[in-house]
Amino acid sequence: MLTGIAGTLESNDAMITVTPADKLTIEVKSVVDAFYHDQIVKVIKDTLFDSKIANISVMCQDKGALDYTIRARLLTAISRMEEQNG
Amino acid sequence: MVRSMLFIPGNNPAMLQNADVFGADAVIIDLEDAVSIQEKDAARILVKAYLESIDHPPMKIYIRINGLDTTDYEKDLQSVVTDQIDGIVLPKAKVCDVERLLTLLYKIESETHMQKIIGIIPIVESAKSVLEIEKLAALSRIQGMLLGAEDLSADMELTRTITGTEIEYPRARMAFACKAYKIDAIDTPFTDTSDNLGLIADCQKAQNLGLNAKAAIHPNQLETIHDVFSPSLQRIEWAKRVLKAAKKADDQGLGVFSLDGKMIDKPIIERATKIMESAKRYRLLPVENA
Amino acid sequence: MPDTERGFISATNYQSQERILIPEKAVVDKPVFLGSIKAIFDQYHITDGMTLSFHHHLRNGDQVLNQVCREIQIRGIKNLTIAPSSIFPNNAIIAELIEAGNITNIRTNYINGPAAIPIDQGKLKGLLLMDTHGGRARAIESGDLKIDVAILACPAVDYDGNGSGTEGLSACGTLGYAQSDLRYAAKVILITDTLVNRVKQIDFDGKYVDAIVKIDSIGDPEGIVSGTTKITKDPVGLKIARDAAAFLYQAGVIKPGFSMQTGAGGTSLAVAYQVRKMMIQNQIHGSFASGGTNGYYADMLKEGWIDQIYDVQCFDLDAVKSYRDNPRHLAISASKYGNPFEKDPIVNQLSFVALGATEIDLDFNVNVTTDSLGRLIGGSGGHADTAHGAAVTIITTTLAKARLPIIKERVTAITTPGEDVDVLVTERGIAINPRRTDLIDKMKNSQLTIMTIDELMAISHQLSGIPQAIKKPGKVTGLIVYRDGTILDQLYQRL
Repeated sequence: MLTGIAGTLESNDAMITVTPADKLTIEVKSVVDAFYHDQIVKVIKDTLFDSKIANISVMCQDKGALDYTIRARLLTAISRMEEQNG
Repeated sequence: MVRSMLFIPGNNPAMLQNADVFGADAVIIDLEDAVSIQEKDAARILVKAYLESIDHPPMKIYIRINGLDTTDYEKDLQSVVTDQIDGIVLPKAKVCDVERLLTLLYKIESETHMQKIIGIIPIVESAKSVLEIEKLAALSRIQGMLLGAEDLSADMELTRTITGTEIEYPRARMAFACKAYKIDAIDTPFTDTSDNLGLIADCQKAQNLGLNAKAAIHPNQLETIHDVFSPSLQRIEWAKRVLKAAKKADDQGLGVFSLDGKMIDKPIIERATKIMESAKRYRLLPVENA
Repeated sequence: MPDTERGFISATNYQSQERILIPEKAVVDKPVFLGSIKAIFDQYHITDGMTLSFHHHLRNGDQVLNQVCREIQIRGIKNLTIAPSSIFPNNAIIAELIEAGNITNIRTNYINGPAAIPIDQGKLKGLLLMDTHGGRARAIESGDLKIDVAILACPAVDYDGNGSGTEGLSACGTLGYAQSDLRYAAKVILITDTLVNRVKQIDFDGKYVDAIVKIDSIGDPEGIVSGTTKITKDPVGLKIARDAAAFLYQAGVIKPGFSMQTGAGGTSLAVAYQVRKMMIQNQIHGSFASGGTNGYYADMLKEGWIDQIYDVQCFDLDAVKSYRDNPRHLAISASKYGNPFEKDPIVNQLSFVALGATEIDLDFNVNVTTDSLGRLIGGSGGHADTAHGAAVTIITTTLAKARLPIIKERVTAITTPGEDVDVLVTERGIAINPRRTDLIDKMKNSQLTIMTIDELMAISHQLSGIPQAIKKPGKVTGLIVYRDGTILDQLYQRL
């Protein structure tokens, strides 16, 4: 399975791993889970929607990244995944 | 006119989100040397997302794109040339490179219907660039020039020293060209971030040769850089007095007048006006404590 | 039985209350020498239900509290109340004693580390009571906190029972937090690793000491005094410090003869550094600095920028040396430091104090006791005392930590009431408490970015997004006791 990974585990960053899948699955582990879990999931969903991608598995390890950082790391991971898949 | 330009690594979210808080007059978000080859794509996308998120930042924003001899620069420009930025910092800049960049900028601006006209700051970091300094300064959209002493001394096969004798000539030549074309002359960064005394000395050398700003590679260098490149309190006091006397003379219908035994004419009044403008812009006007 | 009935009225309510003083403990002719910590338990019949107290001057290197806990475990003593002035990560053994029911009640001013976990889990059978440093002195002298046995670590002790904090293998400086225990506990035991003929400087008056125990080591010097505390290098923290000092200068607080206190951490030290820069630039000398002290203040004293230091605890070796050698570096008890019922406590003489916060709310209430999930991470220490006493109280903090905004609509726990908090300085702006119309007026022409705290919170929400509300807490696990003994807030089960 060809995955795309982007981002780091540094403070205010997020490491996002994506793999092609049969359906949409999103898993989020965040240092601010109690406060921003839903928001992070929303940003991921919105970004996937804008990119017209549905069948993908997303794993996000978040260290307090702002919305645009999560979006950027997700887009980068997707682009890297697609590059690998030719 | 700026006093400082702070390099911000483009792939570092923590630094990007604080870019507007460090107090630099301008930031240079770096897609070149601060980003490894494997992360060029990540940095580009992150910087694009960052630019889309900001609204009226207090500082000028420049992007150092990868050189025109790489395969990255086109994607860099496509990502960052927007109304959010003030200009592009071009590495290893020669006249032909800047001319190519001008064409690319014009194309993107018209295709995306941008309001802004994006400026350019070429980095003088090769022997050829030094020889083209005046021609570079004269080009359209040039807002300033940045000296890149590390790469320049490598190109010249000279050793970089703390005294900086090897870069006196390019510093001076750049200072004259920038003054003639009324653009910023930005000195090379001081690479030892733990040596504040060395930083002060280096800033003063640059200032004495006529440069008006310095690049910073760490936010903690900004306080010192501003101390050196800001007009001093005495200078501001002097400018205040000159403008006060000028107004008085003007009211009395006098063209030329004297202050402290010296003749004050138009160029000196202009200088005083510029000092007061800088003082206001950098919030240097002394506030009385209660 | 602690005064759990009276809710907090106001920060000034103590002014209408009488000071309550129980008699001091019996004076002792000559202290008894015991061979071990074990022997204390036999000699003083330490049994179920007693209250034992300790101080925290050996901080994260303390061995005494841990060894006493070990002995409690071995003997299976139950339902004890322990009252250490603070609890640190190296006191993890307390967690075991809580789970096993040896300890059922705790009264302290600060708790951080593994000992907090069973409390957050609701496993403490009684309550955690949290005082301020000044409030603990009040609690002891008034009989609110009745101590059966005070077990006090002491770096050097002589044969008359006098104790010193500046001599010995584990010299830790002043012993301010133990002074009330020394005078009011029923029995006082000093634990030392260094016996001398005569101590040079008396920090514990031997007349109160019932027994002395010499052990091999009372603590690990590395954990006691952390080398030298260093100013932060973080550019954002430095900016906050610069702005805080600029605010103080423009508000007229830094003027000849002013006094100051800042916390111990890197950013607080940076504030002290910036204030000192202003002092040098403007040739302004201060009267005193107080608090937990470090080498930075010792230098300011040596160089003559301040006249005196009033020291309640030493954070590093330079401070210890300064206290030992400089006659203008004075020790104060926790009572003299911050007890609201003292005639003129040091905190009341402060021109300003610069403090931190885990949370601050729109009413300027500050939390330094829990994190935003309600888990115990600290406690007032001197926070509420200095905030009340100081003419200007400045809170320095980043606007958010790991995305989470520091400004809340309402803090998760109130450590210091907003009426005593004057200014919030963050890297994106400064907010002045609307009650301080005098400061607002003084700063009206300032070029610093000053706005309302509501506006500052809005900015943090714009950047971070609005945080979700956390789930409702479980049962009450403890109480935040204000300086005057009233109950300021409650602590809840969170895990």
